[in-house]
Amino acid sequence: MIRTPLRPLARILDARQKGENPDAIERENIRIRHEQMRDQARQRAEGRLLVLGLFFVVAFGVVGLRMGILATAEPMEPRVEAPGARIHASRADIVDRHGRLLATNFETHSLYAQPPLMIDAAHAAEQLAGIFPDLDAKELLEDFTGTRKFIWIKRKISPEQMQAVHEIGDPGLLFGSRDMRLYPNGRLAAHVLGGASYGREGVHAAEVIGVAGVEKYFDDHLRDPANGNQPLELSLDLTVQAAAERVLAGGMMLMNAKGATSILMDVQTGEVVSVVSLPTFDPNDRPRPATSGDPSDSPLFNRSVQGVYELGSTFKIFTAAQAMELGLVNPGTVIDTKGPLRWGKFRIRDFRHYGNAMTVSKIIEKSSNIGTARLAQQIGVERQRAFLDELGMLETTGFEIVEAATGKPLLPRKWSELSTMTISYGHGLSTSPMHLAAGYAAIANGGFKVQPTILKQDGPRLGARVLSAETARASRKMLRRVVTDGSASFGEVAGYAVGGKTGTADKPRPQGGYYDEKVIATFASIFPAHDPKYVLIVTLDEPVDTIGDEPRRTAGWTAVPVAAEMIKRVAPLLGLRPTVEPVELTDIKLTKN
Amino acid sequence: MRTVLYVLTTLGVIGLAFWAYRENYATQAALAETRDLRQQIRAAHERLAVLRAEWAYLNRPDRLRDLAEINFDRLGLLELHPEQFGLVGQVAYPPDPILPITNPVDVSHLQDESEEETRP
Repeated sequence: MIRTPLRPLARILDARQKGENPDAIERENIRIRHEQMRDQARQRAEGRLLVLGLFFVVAFGVVGLRMGILATAEPMEPRVEAPGARIHASRADIVDRHGRLLATNFETHSLYAQPPLMIDAAHAAEQLAGIFPDLDAKELLEDFTGTRKFIWIKRKISPEQMQAVHEIGDPGLLFGSRDMRLYPNGRLAAHVLGGASYGREGVHAAEVIGVAGVEKYFDDHLRDPANGNQPLELSLDLTVQAAAERVLAGGMMLMNAKGATSILMDVQTGEVVSVVSLPTFDPNDRPRPATSGDPSDSPLFNRSVQGVYELGSTFKIFTAAQAMELGLVNPGTVIDTKGPLRWGKFRIRDFRHYGNAMTVSKIIEKSSNIGTARLAQQIGVERQRAFLDELGMLETTGFEIVEAATGKPLLPRKWSELSTMTISYGHGLSTSPMHLAAGYAAIANGGFKVQPTILKQDGPRLGARVLSAETARASRKMLRRVVTDGSASFGEVAGYAVGGKTGTADKPRPQGGYYDEKVIATFASIFPAHDPKYVLIVTLDEPVDTIGDEPRRTAGWTAVPVAAEMIKRVAPLLGLRPTVEPVELTDIKLTKN
Repeated sequence: MRTVLYVLTTLGVIGLAFWAYRENYATQAALAETRDLRQQIRAAHERLAVLRAEWAYLNRPDRLRDLAEINFDRLGLLELHPEQFGLVGQVAYPPDPILPITNPVDVSHLQDESEEETRP
């Protein structure tokens, strides 16, 4: 670049000659130079701005493009993973306490059609109707030749059916993969497992969601891939459950009952080893819920947790235990049982007249309503309510299946003194058999509340103390006497020292009042009574024993023999060996000088 | 000197490009192999799941019960009863082994001896 001098000699001389000011030339030149410098700076700045602008355009373009690709691309499993990463993310299995499968997944296929891709719709429709008898060729052809672009034909097909459809060879018939929930044991433990169905459905996969039972309660847990496909371990024992279901079904048939339920629970851990509710269903082919009629007639109705009934005299032991706990009585205290006991317009009667006075132990043994009501009078409204609340009789059980939340006990609208008296012998307060099992477990384990659970536990889970060890022992002794000398004499099983309490409650009519000839017979038992390991509740709905001259409905004739048979079958399977009951030392007392 | 530097740089770039090219294909091959293996593992898992489901199905209690009833003549299987529990004391000890004979009495000559004695 040629630099022009600010004062070019030629022009200066020329200007001097003409008499002009030569400084004007210098100023002019300075101005021109400044203009040049300014133009250059602007050009450079503009260039830089352009480059910067381009950079931003490219950067944002790349970001936008990447977002677009991510939004439109099919999601793909990342292929480069840490070693040992799981391959298959599917719903976790459910197993019993010994790891035997109760629910698992099965790979099947779904069948759908895309009519625009079809070559010979008529042939395909005809062939499909041949493979699936429930499909109609005419309707299929209508669908295939209509305006629809996509049609589901079957949700689940077997491999044989899939092969047959393959052989039709029409490119418009396509398959998607489907995970199917399979319950290999069929009807076994159906009410606990519940069932599963499909949630959101895509062409290539469908969500399997639980619809009832543990499948629904633990739905999030079972679906969560973070659990690493660890199976859900239930406390059920498959063998025991099978035996219990068989015995109960047989008992229900013999006693002409319309429904039955049994609960077998570990008294230390609260683990439910077997829970049966009959009639039952097949979770692989879950029936639709009944929309009309009594919901308890549906096989889906779970009597063990949803069946909220007045469970009758089985409650008497709680009254006796509380009276002993409060120090009001001891097992030998004599109570006036002269009947009938009047309270306003209401009369309390006994099933039979047992005499005018009985000891507390005898009241339980003979199941005297009057005697129990007298005990309840001594206890009082507030204390009874507080005790039953502590035992968990006033709230839902928290048993981990969704149906348990609906089994809320029905309390009297106003807990009056009369309610206290009727509740003392199990009328006026409706609870589920699961509540009763938890209550009896508290007596059996030495006075600790337990929470019934369906999950396998590592060790005892004793809750707060509700009874003293001494009261619990005395209560167990009374329960044992009910079987040896009282109303549950059919409950004796050699070697297992069964103790328990019968309960026969009239069924309430929907329009009020009670049926005369419809009862709920319950036998709540613990075994072995001297060192209880398990609680067994057997409840029969509307049983009637027609073997004798007149029909017999009391629990002693119906529920008790079924429970005894069940204990005989189930106890060996639980690994309980028959033991000789320790003889009570009657005459030795601790004394002090 | 500068020329040497240029040549070396160019050669380095060519070398690195070649290395990158090979690495790229090696990675892709490894990925493909991983995918294959994963597919195999997945298939094996599925097979395993099916086998376990089938095992559970074949061992379901009502089927076993029916089988036990059908084969009762041969197997004689019954339900477990409380009476079947025994005590260790009820199990018989194995019979004592026969003691070794250390002082055998020869009886094969007894006859002869007695005959000898009776002889005059």
